[in-house]
Amino acid sequence: MTAAKSGTGPVLDVRGLTIALPTHSDRPEAVSEVSFSVERGEIVCLVGESGSGKSVIAQAVMGLLPDSLPLTVGQVLLEGEDIAHAGRDRLRQLRATRMSMVFQEPMTALNPVMRCGDQIDEVLREHTALGPAERRAKILDIIREVALPDPERIVMSYPHQLSGGQRQRIMIAMALVLEPALLIADEPTTALDVTTQAQILELIKTLQARHGMGVLFITHDFGVVAEIARRVAVLRLGRLVETGDKDAVLKRPRHDYTIMLMNSVPDFKPHGRPIAPDQPIVLQTKKLDKTYAERGWFSARRVVHAATDVSLEVRRGQTLGIVGESGSGKSTVARCIVRLIDPTGGEVYIHGEEIARRSHRALRPLRRKVQIVFQDPYRSLNPRRTVGEAIIEGPVNYGLSRSEAFERARRLMDLVRMDAAALERYPHQFSGGQRQRICIARALAMEPELLIADEAVSALDVSVQAQVLELLEEIRERLNLAMLFITHDLRVAAQVCDHVAVMSQGRVVEYGPANEVFVSPRHAYTQALFAAAPGRDFAFGQA
Amino acid sequence: MAATGDTRYEELSVEAADIRPHETTWQRVKKSGSVRLGGAALAVLLLIAAAAPWLGTVDPTMFDAGSRDLVPGKAGEMMTLDGDLLRHTFWFGSDSLGRDIYSRVIYGTRVSLFVGVVVALLSLVGGILLGLVAGYIRWLDGVIMRVMDGIMAIPAILIAIALVAMWRPSLSTVIIAIAIPEIPRVTRLVRSLVLTIREEPYVEAAISLGSSTPKIMFGHILPNTIAPLVVQGTFICAAAILIEAILSFLGVGLPPEIPTWGNIMAEGRIAFNEYPHTVFIPGIFLTVTVLAVNILGDGLRDTLDPKMAKRI
Amino acid sequence: MYQFIARRLLSTIPVLAIVAVLVFMLLRLTPGDPAAILAGDAASTEQIEGIRKTLGLDQPLPVQFGIWLGQMLQGDLGESYYYKVRVTELIGQRLEPTLSLAALTIVIAILVAVPLGVVAAWRFGGWFDRALMGFSVFGFSVPVFVVGYLLVWLVSLKLGWFPVQGYKPMDDGFGPFLYHLVLPSITLSVIYIALLARVTRASVLEALGEDYIRTARAKGLTESRVLISHALANAAVPIVTIIGIGIALLIGGVVVTESVYAIPGLGRLTVDAVLSRDFPTIQGVILFFSLVYVVVNLLVDLSYVILDPRIRY
Repeated sequence: MTAAKSGTGPVLDVRGLTIALPTHSDRPEAVSEVSFSVERGEIVCLVGESGSGKSVIAQAVMGLLPDSLPLTVGQVLLEGEDIAHAGRDRLRQLRATRMSMVFQEPMTALNPVMRCGDQIDEVLREHTALGPAERRAKILDIIREVALPDPERIVMSYPHQLSGGQRQRIMIAMALVLEPALLIADEPTTALDVTTQAQILELIKTLQARHGMGVLFITHDFGVVAEIARRVAVLRLGRLVETGDKDAVLKRPRHDYTIMLMNSVPDFKPHGRPIAPDQPIVLQTKKLDKTYAERGWFSARRVVHAATDVSLEVRRGQTLGIVGESGSGKSTVARCIVRLIDPTGGEVYIHGEEIARRSHRALRPLRRKVQIVFQDPYRSLNPRRTVGEAIIEGPVNYGLSRSEAFERARRLMDLVRMDAAALERYPHQFSGGQRQRICIARALAMEPELLIADEAVSALDVSVQAQVLELLEEIRERLNLAMLFITHDLRVAAQVCDHVAVMSQGRVVEYGPANEVFVSPRHAYTQALFAAAPGRDFAFGQA
Repeated sequence: MAATGDTRYEELSVEAADIRPHETTWQRVKKSGSVRLGGAALAVLLLIAAAAPWLGTVDPTMFDAGSRDLVPGKAGEMMTLDGDLLRHTFWFGSDSLGRDIYSRVIYGTRVSLFVGVVVALLSLVGGILLGLVAGYIRWLDGVIMRVMDGIMAIPAILIAIALVAMWRPSLSTVIIAIAIPEIPRVTRLVRSLVLTIREEPYVEAAISLGSSTPKIMFGHILPNTIAPLVVQGTFICAAAILIEAILSFLGVGLPPEIPTWGNIMAEGRIAFNEYPHTVFIPGIFLTVTVLAVNILGDGLRDTLDPKMAKRI
Repeated sequence: MYQFIARRLLSTIPVLAIVAVLVFMLLRLTPGDPAAILAGDAASTEQIEGIRKTLGLDQPLPVQFGIWLGQMLQGDLGESYYYKVRVTELIGQRLEPTLSLAALTIVIAILVAVPLGVVAAWRFGGWFDRALMGFSVFGFSVPVFVVGYLLVWLVSLKLGWFPVQGYKPMDDGFGPFLYHLVLPSITLSVIYIALLARVTRASVLEALGEDYIRTARAKGLTESRVLISHALANAAVPIVTIIGIGIALLIGGVVVTESVYAIPGLGRLTVDAVLSRDFPTIQGVILFFSLVYVVVNLLVDLSYVILDPRIRY
């Protein structure tokens, strides 16, 4: 089965694909009349926001659609063979041999209780008649090919013993061990840090070029598209709105939706807004430390330094961004400032008043001044309370009457561009972006002086993200707020920050005005981080 | 991000809003077949318990030596304490002392349901208090949970048997003896819920909004534990009914003259080969009751607490 | 690894200590004179005084606990006043039937419940799944003694396939031993099957929703392979956990089953001891069963290391 079929036709040709949604869904079809193709030796990016149906298409090609989403009309031609209506066994034969798939979450996509080598071996045992020695040789070969160090050790490892990037390499090795003609990569780098992402993208490009396979690359990240695609297909609500070469779609979009998307992608350049001088300092941290000590009965005490020597300041009307990869300690700093956790050392000043060591009782009057918006819009609101109750909780705690507080809540709904009728409803009746607006209103109801946004737009689609960023910007300006903006997304940071602190392994490695840091980073880590940002020099939506 | 304030944003970016028709929890509960079935069966049983004296029963402790070991449906006579002679049809037969099994079974419904409900309430109250304390006051957590582990290490029936044996059986001692081994399970559940929910961003938001600890505990955390607790309560109720019957059946529970299903069966064991109905009739009642409570619990779990439904 | 075993062993000490305190308090919380209770109904005043002396019942409570604990740790559970033998000896005599019954029950339950649970999860929502869930609710609800009498009546009395009651020790030959044990084990296994099938189904169902299952299917593996080496392998920890926790349920069931089938095991001993208010025996049996529970769950915890490589200590 491994011999590639000769022929010049596309590896994958999807024609008029339509997939139904269960009744009572928000639309009748998950995917409607979608047609596109992937040629041998090219990477086609399928892009779209959540709910666009891009992952459903990938599942349809692999024949892995759940029963609730039946393929109703259309053809899926894999090297000329229509597999849309192929039988179960035929599909099983084709998987891993002619088409393979790599998934988003390397942390969960591998079986945690099976050794990595055995997981690759399963593919060989299922689809080939090779003996144990040949299989082992093949496994070691493919592990070397995906550039994993020490193949002998990797074969014996369990997934949890490897890093996210290494696991994704195992996934790729597993997908490519039988040299399929088509590789489907479904958001393969979304869960990874920027630097790892860059390496995996590079690996996919290299292997694709070496083996001449077709790659269908699914992503929501236009930076990644700019980095890897030859052709692009844009999906919206299950329909294909635009296809074409990368530059044509990204730089000269024709469809309104694509134009809007391209305008929503933040540029990788600092905004260049002038910074007003001599504003009072709202927040200052001095040598902030947070360590976690694990106590063991027999093992030695393990101390984890989540944040070390963090000294920052934010002035009124300005935005300080903290950027860093996962585990860099950026959220720890935010949680220490709000005193959701108690810092182990250092000082935190709010308007010159030290709060790091205050008892919770003494802290209470100052809590008002610092408010936070979290990442997950679905868990940030108590599901059993109306939006109105959520917003007035804080003001009522500080002595406002319920009717006054509701009056304030109504004004705030207007500020965050929502209907006042929303106050009567429950959180589950709103979308992610709307909930994030509600959370912002809840924070603003306290009339804070410092607003902390902890990855507040990371869970949102790019167009919604643009709207929420715009709202935050407007609020900061109107209320003259100090803002601490925590994000892993360098583009977003460039868009909103006046100053930037780059964190790595609990320490601030570079700190300065956004203009300087983004234009000429000095620290080696910052340079590496920026260099890894996908599509950093690509100008979206500019013809 | 050039297009500031562009109205096209709102039109074009149709965010995947959650627009499924949302029903209230109560509507979902009412629609559940299991809840309806279990609830209806329980309602009938409650009715039987309440109306026991008017369902053609006689005093369930009354016996007549002349009417011993009657087969179901046979008519006989009973002498009341006042000395009156009473014609009575023994629908479920009579036991070896000449008591009317039908009357005893009907009155037995009262004992079973009462024990089930009271045990569930007692252990919920005890478990919620201990669980909240353990989940919120860190230094007490270790102590409370170790004691709970200790209680859980002793099989529930053994604790109940031993306690009843010590205290001499009565309705209140039986109830307390059954409730005690159930408390650790509730405590564990409440504690784990508290520990999970207090990490939720909405609770952290409430902290930064300056809400006091009691306000957070009773306003944010406790309301979100009610669904799993209601479910747990029904399962405890079912278990309690079973354990009470087991205690009576083994002869260590309520005194034998009290009409409980377990006592009727214990009495019927002796002549089981000839009169199996003495064991089977109360057995059927017992099974149906426990089944009704469990089906109700299953239905509540599926509708109130879908996350837990996935777990077990 | 050895560190983990040592640590896990040590962590059972607080639990056992709490159990000891609880059992100790049990007698002291009883209304009445503990010495008189311990001596039994037929004891003379001298005998009661003797017991008061040896147990230090005239001393303050902590001292009493010290004396009591010292005796327990030496394996001295006291003397049964009813059988007039050492309680340890009594437990030893009654061990075989109970152990055999419990072991056979667990084997039957695992062999039946795990495959049923896996298939139900695989065919989630289908007729088989619904039937199994229906059976499992029923299994939880029908009391052990009702199952017992139903089986006795049907299989033994009507069909005559198995003996109505009684027990044959293994020394009398394996055939008769098993012949007498089959019906009690099936009786006892009903609730255990219900529990285990439910948990297996739920855990496999949860595993089936995981990403690695999608990966396994994308690799073109057969469904049976996906189910067994991926879903079931990952569901093993919760399944084994419930087997451990279920031991408490099993012990409760043993007490009832032995009573129904007149098996002279520890369960019968417990009931007889309670009926004759034989306190040293009650105390001994409770301590013994609790120890069994703790040890089984210790073994379950240790098995995690084999079942899930992520659990390292």
